Amino acid sequence: MSGKAESWGSRVGLILAMAGNAVGLGNFLRFPVQAVQNGGGAFIIPYLVCFVVMGIPLLFIEWSTGRYGGRYGNHSTPYILDTMAKGRIWKYIGVFGIFTNIAVASYYCYIESWTMSYVYHSIIGTFSDMNQSQIAGFFNDYTTIGKSTTGIPFEAIIFYVLCLLLNTYILSKGLKGIEKVAKIGMPLLILFGVILAVRGLTLGTDGASDMFPDANAWDGLNFLWTPQYDSLANPKVWLAAAGQIFFTLSVGMGTVHCYAAYIRSKDDIALNAVSAGFMNEFVEVVLGSLIVIPIAAGYLGLDWVLQNAGFGMAFQTMPYLFQQWGEVLAVCAGVFWFGLLFFAGITSSLAMGTPWMGFMRDEFNWSGNKGAWSFGLLALIMGLPTVFFFQEGVFDEYDYWAGTVSLVVFAFLETILFSWIFGINKGWAEINMGADIKVPIVFKYIILIVTPLLLGWVLVASLPDMADKIANKDTNNREWFADAYYAENFDSEGIKTGVVDSVATDFIKMAYQNEKQVYNKQLDKLETQVFTDYKTYGFKKGQNPIVAVGQTIKPNDKIAEGKFTNHVFYKTIGRLLLVALFLFISLMVYKAFIKRRKEGRVHS
Amino acid sequence: MKTEALITMVAAQGIVIIMALYFFYKVLTIKPKEEPDSYRENDDETDRQES
Repeated sequence: MSGKAESWGSRVGLILAMAGNAVGLGNFLRFPVQAVQNGGGAFIIPYLVCFVVMGIPLLFIEWSTGRYGGRYGNHSTPYILDTMAKGRIWKYIGVFGIFTNIAVASYYCYIESWTMSYVYHSIIGTFSDMNQSQIAGFFNDYTTIGKSTTGIPFEAIIFYVLCLLLNTYILSKGLKGIEKVAKIGMPLLILFGVILAVRGLTLGTDGASDMFPDANAWDGLNFLWTPQYDSLANPKVWLAAAGQIFFTLSVGMGTVHCYAAYIRSKDDIALNAVSAGFMNEFVEVVLGSLIVIPIAAGYLGLDWVLQNAGFGMAFQTMPYLFQQWGEVLAVCAGVFWFGLLFFAGITSSLAMGTPWMGFMRDEFNWSGNKGAWSFGLLALIMGLPTVFFFQEGVFDEYDYWAGTVSLVVFAFLETILFSWIFGINKGWAEINMGADIKVPIVFKYIILIVTPLLLGWVLVASLPDMADKIANKDTNNREWFADAYYAENFDSEGIKTGVVDSVATDFIKMAYQNEKQVYNKQLDKLETQVFTDYKTYGFKKGQNPIVAVGQTIKPNDKIAEGKFTNHVFYKTIGRLLLVALFLFISLMVYKAFIKRRKEGRVHS
Repeated sequence: MKTEALITMVAAQGIVIIMALYFFYKVLTIKPKEEPDSYRENDDETDRQES
C-alpha cells in the first residue's frame, strides 16, 4: 500500500486544476462548430439543459466517487470502483479510467505539440508572407513526416517528444507541479481568451477585403446566436448537445476521480464540482463563441465559415487571419491564440498522467518519479504511430475509440454503479458530506433516472456508427494490401458519381456536383447551393491510374492498379495497439489483485 | 447584431458568467473547516469498507 498520500495545496489550486482538466481545445474549436451545425442560438437551450441534467450530475458522481475511493487509499478507478461494489468485474471496468487517459494523452500531446510549434512559428514570423492556401499547406507539410518547415529534420516528432518530456517532467513533481501549472496556465488562458474575444466582438466589418467584400464578424455572431426553434424538435440536436457537454467536462475519463481522490474525507466536493464546471462553461460559452467564428466570418465571410467550420480552422486559418492585423499584432495574436490552446492542452494532458501514477503507487509502491516517466514512455510508445501515420488515419482511430467511445461506455457504467449498485441513498449522502452548498434534492432523482437514461441513449445512438467503423464502411478500399485502388464515395450515401477532370501518372482529379449552405442576407436564412467540387487522389511510384479524362466514375470503380497499402492496414494497427494497451492495464490490475489477496486485502 | 441574437447571447453568457462568478466567490469566501472535521489521518487508511 502507498505511503502518506499527497493532497492539494489549496482549494483554489484544486478547482483550477479540475477546470484546467476540463478546458481543452474543444472549448474553442468543437463548441462553436457544433453550435453552427445544430441550429445556432437554439443549440444553447439543449446544451444548457444537458449541462444541468447530465453534466453536473456526472461531476457530482465522479467527484464523490473519487473522494470515496481516496478514503480507502485508492487513487485510480480500478480500485475506486472495486471499493464501491461486490464482484471482481468492477476493477476491470475501472481499467477504462487508466486506458482512456494513456491512449488520449498519446495523441493529445501531438496536438499540444502543434500549438507549441505554432507559437514558435508565430514568433519567428513564418506565416508573415504566406497566403491562406500556403498556411493551410504548411499544416499538411508539418504533419507529413519527412517534410520539414524549419529545416529541422523530423520537426513534428521533435516537438512531440519535447511536449511529452515537458508533461512528464511536470508530472514527476507530483500534485504540486500540476497545481502550479494550473495556477499559471488558467489565468493566462482566460486573459488571452478575453483579449481575442474582445477583438471578435468589435471586429464588425473592419476585416472585409476585395476578395471577401461581404465579410462581417456580426454575421457570424448572428448566425451563432439567432435561435432556430424548429431545431429543438430535432433529436440530433439534442444528441449533439449531450455529446458536447459530455466531452467538454472531461467526464468518463477517470481523471476527475483521480484528482478528487486526493481531497480530504470531510472536505466539500459539491461546491467545488459546480465551481469547476461553471468555470469550464465560462471558457466555452463566453470565450469559445467569441473567437473563431466571428473572427473567421469577419475576414472570410459567413459562407466560408459554414463550408469550412471545423477543427482545422485553428491551425489552417487563424494564422492567416492574424496576419491581417499587421506585423506586430499578428505575432501577439499568434502567441495569444496558440498559447491559449497550449495552456488548454497541457492542463488537460497533465491530468491524464495522474490515474496511472496513482495506480502504480497504490498497488506497487512506485514513486511519483517512476510513475511519471513510465507514463511518458507508455504515451510515447502509443503516440508515435499517430505521429508517423497521422495522414493514414491512426490519429482519428485513437480519437474515435479512446477519446469518444471509451468515455461514453465508462460514464454509463459508472453512473449505473453509483445510482443502482452502490445505491443512490449512499451516493447522495456521499455528495452532501461536508458540502458547502445545499444541493437541490431534485438532483438525487436526476442522478437516479435521467442521467443514466440520457447516457444510455447517447450510447445506443452511437452503436450504428461503431458498427460501421468496425466494418470499415467509411472506405471502399477495405483490404490491407491490394493490387488495385477503388474510388471512394463522393457523398455520405455513396449515390453521387464523378467525372475525371484531369489525370497524370501521380494523380487523378475528379469533378462532382456537391451541395453547400450559403447565407441569404436579404431573407436571413440558409439556402442550399449546388456547386462543382473536386476530389483528388495522389499516387506513388508503381501505382498507375487507369482512368481517362471525361470518364464517369461511380463509387467503388477501379481507378488505379499497382501495389497499395490501404489506410485500413494502419487503422487496424491502431486498433490492435489500443486493445493491447487495455489488456496490459487489465493484466496490471490482475497482478495488483493477486498482490492484494496475498496481503489479505481482498473482499471478494 | 440582430436583437434576437443579441438577447440570446447576452442571456446565455450572462447566466454562465453570473453562475461562474457566484460559485467561485463562494469558494473564495467560505472559511475552511476546522480539524477534526477534515480527516487528514484517513488518507493512510488501509482498511476496505465492509462488504
